[in-house]
Amino acid sequence: MSTGIPTLPAQRLDQLLANYGRDVARRRRQSLAVIAVLAVLAVTAGRYGEVDLGNLLHHLSGLTSYFGRILPTLRVEHLTGDIVDWYWNAFGWLRLLFDTVLIAYLATLAGTVGAGLLAFLAAANLAPSRTVRWCVKRVLEFCRTVPDLVFALIFVSAFGLGPLAGVLAIGIHTFGALGKLFTEVVENIDMDPVEGVRSTGGRFVDAARFGVLPQVLPNLASYALLRFEINVRASSIVGFVGAGGIGQDLFVAIRKFYYTDVSAILLMIILTVSVIDLVTERIRHRLAPVEGAG
Amino acid sequence: MSLRRAIFVDDPSAVLARHRLLLTKPWRRRAGEFATPVAVLGLALFSIWWLDVSFGQIGPGLAELGKFIALMVPPSTGGHLVLFLKSMGETLAIAFLGTLVTAVVATPLALLAAQNTTPSRFLRFPIRRLLDTIRGIDTLIWALVFVGVVGLGPFAGILAIAVSDIGSFGKLFSEAIEATPARERETVIASGGSRSMGIRFGLLPQVLPVIASQMLYYFESNTRSATIIGIVGAGGIGLQLSEQIRTYDFDQVAFIVGLILAAVAVIDWISGRLRFAIIGRRQVLA
Repeated sequence: MSTGIPTLPAQRLDQLLANYGRDVARRRRQSLAVIAVLAVLAVTAGRYGEVDLGNLLHHLSGLTSYFGRILPTLRVEHLTGDIVDWYWNAFGWLRLLFDTVLIAYLATLAGTVGAGLLAFLAAANLAPSRTVRWCVKRVLEFCRTVPDLVFALIFVSAFGLGPLAGVLAIGIHTFGALGKLFTEVVENIDMDPVEGVRSTGGRFVDAARFGVLPQVLPNLASYALLRFEINVRASSIVGFVGAGGIGQDLFVAIRKFYYTDVSAILLMIILTVSVIDLVTERIRHRLAPVEGAG
Repeated sequence: MSLRRAIFVDDPSAVLARHRLLLTKPWRRRAGEFATPVAVLGLALFSIWWLDVSFGQIGPGLAELGKFIALMVPPSTGGHLVLFLKSMGETLAIAFLGTLVTAVVATPLALLAAQNTTPSRFLRFPIRRLLDTIRGIDTLIWALVFVGVVGLGPFAGILAIAVSDIGSFGKLFSEAIEATPARERETVIASGGSRSMGIRFGLLPQVLPVIASQMLYYFESNTRSATIIGIVGAGGIGLQLSEQIRTYDFDQVAFIVGLILAAVAVIDWISGRLRFAIIGRRQVLA
């Protein structure tokens, strides 16, 4: 015996190998079936979606040159001049960007207040009646499923062009999205303080104010801040349909092929969003080192 | 809970004096609690002033909105049922193909962006920054760009969804890869496998269920995004929707919105079931 490794009897080994082979073959067949289904779906979808790979290849050079063209020409020898050229409208854009952030702020505030009030009616442990709860939940669902841009389109028709339509559209969407999260937060509270307030004769409002609110406030604030960051992105888009903010300028720049303007505005948006991301993350960490709030 | 305790106090004022700090707050905290709502409200008032939101707009606007809602009932197809259904199918096709392309492209990128599969910092760093940049740009902006590049139609929408999702999916998936324990991979390598075999047999089986469930989740969310990219001309139901809103055909708007809600609900349901089948209830919730 040269090796110390014991080997199984051939018969047993064959059986084990056969079992293994069968298992692997079964898994392979399953994977192949999944891939086949996906392929069939992809081809069907491709026909619906008018996918034309020839078209893509034809335009591929256009795509790369597009990204080449939106980049500004910056030369070392007159860098400042080139940057000034690139950001020729810096103050105008900064103003619009400020508008965008304020739109997001107002929308977040409105949505948070609305969601904070209704969450008490939608939470299973507090809801005064099942009918109220069901209705509130359906309203919230509707508000968060309809895309904010659709609301923006409708509001632009109703309220006219301008930031009001954007604030309302994003606010309603925020209301739906936060309403769901807030409801879940409220459903997870400790019920003892609520019983305490109730037992001393407090009404629903008193129980919500003194029994629930102190428990949930840090979490609600944290979610609201998270939403604020999402809303800044959204409010930079609603301008596409005329609802205020920097979106309008971006839309025009892309549509009219003002290449370097596109990159200038996009860079500003990305920077703003990341700064807000950083700031809100800091505040959120200070607010609620609670699990599940991140 | 049934435990009751009675406290007899001989000298209430002494007790009060001893626990004074529990009942009063330091002035700093008080000022903070007072200042936060004031600041929030002040900023709101400033925003209203800065954005020039006139409250005079709200009354007529609401009246107008009421008219729109009155026009919405009853929802009607306006004789365009086939067109709407076809556009909805197009939307689903955009979402599906967009998600599929995302999966195919983002998976290798994620492997390159994860620390445990790509030890080289010089390769990881640019790929991560690339993913960050892509993620910073909204789907709708990508749609607009691709309409400029490949022309109007659903193809631009597919590309927009695919590209914008590659950013977020690449990041998500690379985090999933980094979270896998190294033991399985080391086992494969220790028994004589190469590094790529370690990834194939030691790592992929661990992350594939996560990817699959994330893909289904993205398919859901892409169905929502695909409904709006039509507004900028990138195909799907959004085009019909924005047309009907612009021409004030609100009965048809209501029908389309209902169609979208129904489609999203069905997709939610199906993908919820599939996810449940793939990774089990617990992880779906988590």
